[in-house]
Amino acid sequence: MQEIISSLINGLSISSILLLTALGLSIAFGMMGIINFAHGEFIMIGSYSSYIIGMYVIKNDSWSSLILSFILAFSLAAFVGWILERLIIRHLYNRPIDSILATWGISLILQQTAKDVFGANNVEAHIPSILTRGIAITPTISIPYNRLLIFIFCIVVCTSVYFYLYKTAKGRILQAVMQNRAMAACMGVKVRKVYSQTFAFGCGVAGLAGVCISMLGSIGPSTGQNYIIDTFLVVILGGVGGLRGTILGAILIGMLNPFIEYVTSASTAKVIVLTLVFIVLQLKPAGLVPLKDRTID
Amino acid sequence: MLKNKKILYTVAIILVILPLFFMSDFRLSLLSKFWVFAIAAVAVNILWGYTGILSLGHGAYFALGGYAMAMYLKLKAQPLPDFMDWSGVESLPWFWKPFQYLPVALAMVVILPVALSLLVGIPLFKSGTKGVYFTIISQAITMILALLFISEQGYTGGTNGITGFQSFLGYQMNDPMLVKVLYMISLGVLILVLLFNRYMIKSYGGTIIQAIRDRETRLRFLGYPTDWFKIVSLATSAAIAGIAGALFVPIVGIISPSSMGILASTELAIFVAVGGRATILGPVIGALVVNFAKTSLSESMPDFWWYFYGAVFVAATLVFPKGIIGFFNGKENRKWKPVVPKWIKFNFQK
Repeated sequence: MQEIISSLINGLSISSILLLTALGLSIAFGMMGIINFAHGEFIMIGSYSSYIIGMYVIKNDSWSSLILSFILAFSLAAFVGWILERLIIRHLYNRPIDSILATWGISLILQQTAKDVFGANNVEAHIPSILTRGIAITPTISIPYNRLLIFIFCIVVCTSVYFYLYKTAKGRILQAVMQNRAMAACMGVKVRKVYSQTFAFGCGVAGLAGVCISMLGSIGPSTGQNYIIDTFLVVILGGVGGLRGTILGAILIGMLNPFIEYVTSASTAKVIVLTLVFIVLQLKPAGLVPLKDRTID
Repeated sequence: MLKNKKILYTVAIILVILPLFFMSDFRLSLLSKFWVFAIAAVAVNILWGYTGILSLGHGAYFALGGYAMAMYLKLKAQPLPDFMDWSGVESLPWFWKPFQYLPVALAMVVILPVALSLLVGIPLFKSGTKGVYFTIISQAITMILALLFISEQGYTGGTNGITGFQSFLGYQMNDPMLVKVLYMISLGVLILVLLFNRYMIKSYGGTIIQAIRDRETRLRFLGYPTDWFKIVSLATSAAIAGIAGALFVPIVGIISPSSMGILASTELAIFVAVGGRATILGPVIGALVVNFAKTSLSESMPDFWWYFYGAVFVAATLVFPKGIIGFFNGKENRKWKPVVPKWIKFNFQK
């Protein structure tokens, strides 16, 4: 019973992390037609932010270190993402294959920067010690606090994004740009600015995911690479450009992996998940919840 | 471009045969490795430059061909491979047994990659998934294949791969004559593959796949079964990559899951991008230039090398989208020029 509960909790926290990462990627692809292979490195930037806060800023054991980590992770990742967008990504709109190669190169550069600044070894990020314990439901079953916190944090972020996208004027502008950018430009929307801000926001959310990952274990220059392929599978499975599809994809992939792993091995679980993605793509080639479009391309 | 291509080709042939006489064994085997990567890059180019589908998972096909050859060479050296001994595998598994025979191994060098490509390509292309999705899924496949090979240490040698060969084609592994023989074989196969490439471009199939690259929807509406053409193109590309992998094994002496990793697969794509995408010699030039830079620079500046390498990726897409060959083909080919203003892109204008 403990294993089933821990698989469930693991699955929920992995789904949350995948969702946070996939959100930025999905919106960037749906809006600008680019794929950002350096997204894993924004996760890494977020993880290292929490390491920095723990190492150098707040040495005692309090919640403020966590809050500061989130703030620093978001700002740093968003800032780097904004620079990246202005320098490189904006020349690659609607060229997804070229953007894959270019951002792969950026990811190599960012990984090497992390190795030069922080060293190539994995480091432990400092987290409030209360998070290392867990709630005990019964004497034999316990739920770790850190995974619970990740899950709750993700719900908070998703609710805010949902609220922003669908209930505010700026969110509606974002949707308009995603659906028909030329028409939005005709209506006076500064499309380029929306692009930069959205891309930066997506990268910032990935930074937040990085802080969550730092709560789970040690982090290093290649932390991002562990999650990037699963994130892409989430985006493909769920469909590009929407909140609902990404949530669905993240839940499916995040939950299936631990449960199948419990029955067979880790690599077999990945094979089965990939086969399921294949099967879904057969029935719905654009993902489970695609952006409705009337053109054939 | 140049007025007299025959002179150019003759000079090129002389240049590539010269190393046989003047280079040290170490450098000769290094150059043979470069030719093998060139063959794999030509394979990627067939799929990317001519069919318009980027596959970042060609390491899987390369490594499958390599493992087929490695299994044959390993069984020649040790009837029960050492890693099976360490992992507690008592006797040779049934799927290893056929690899004792050279014809089976040679057939498997082509059959295994083609089988994987059909398994992947038929569902994906028939359901009409976008090219970008195929790129990402090809990456996922090669990563998962690597994970599988690493986890089954008893059957595949795990992370260390398969090594410890004794002889190849009657030469002992440390025979200096073998180095020269392998150089000639790898160069010969490269030239054959290039000739095949040249023939294919002008053939019926080649014209269709280039049309797929340019305007696939139009071709579909004209009635062509584009999914099958893409599948065949992928299978051909996989077969050539498998052959390259098989040549890789005796030259380098080892095959491991790192050859099917994401980095190795993406490198093949960058060889093509640097050299020039839809050209015959582009992948060869790209493979030579990038590998040469890699061996000379990464030894002298191992950390800085990665910054340079990443910058190569960015430059190959932003600054030199037509590659080295495009650079020499005329000033108007040097920088990517948008047909419509950059920021207004309708869905139906590519």
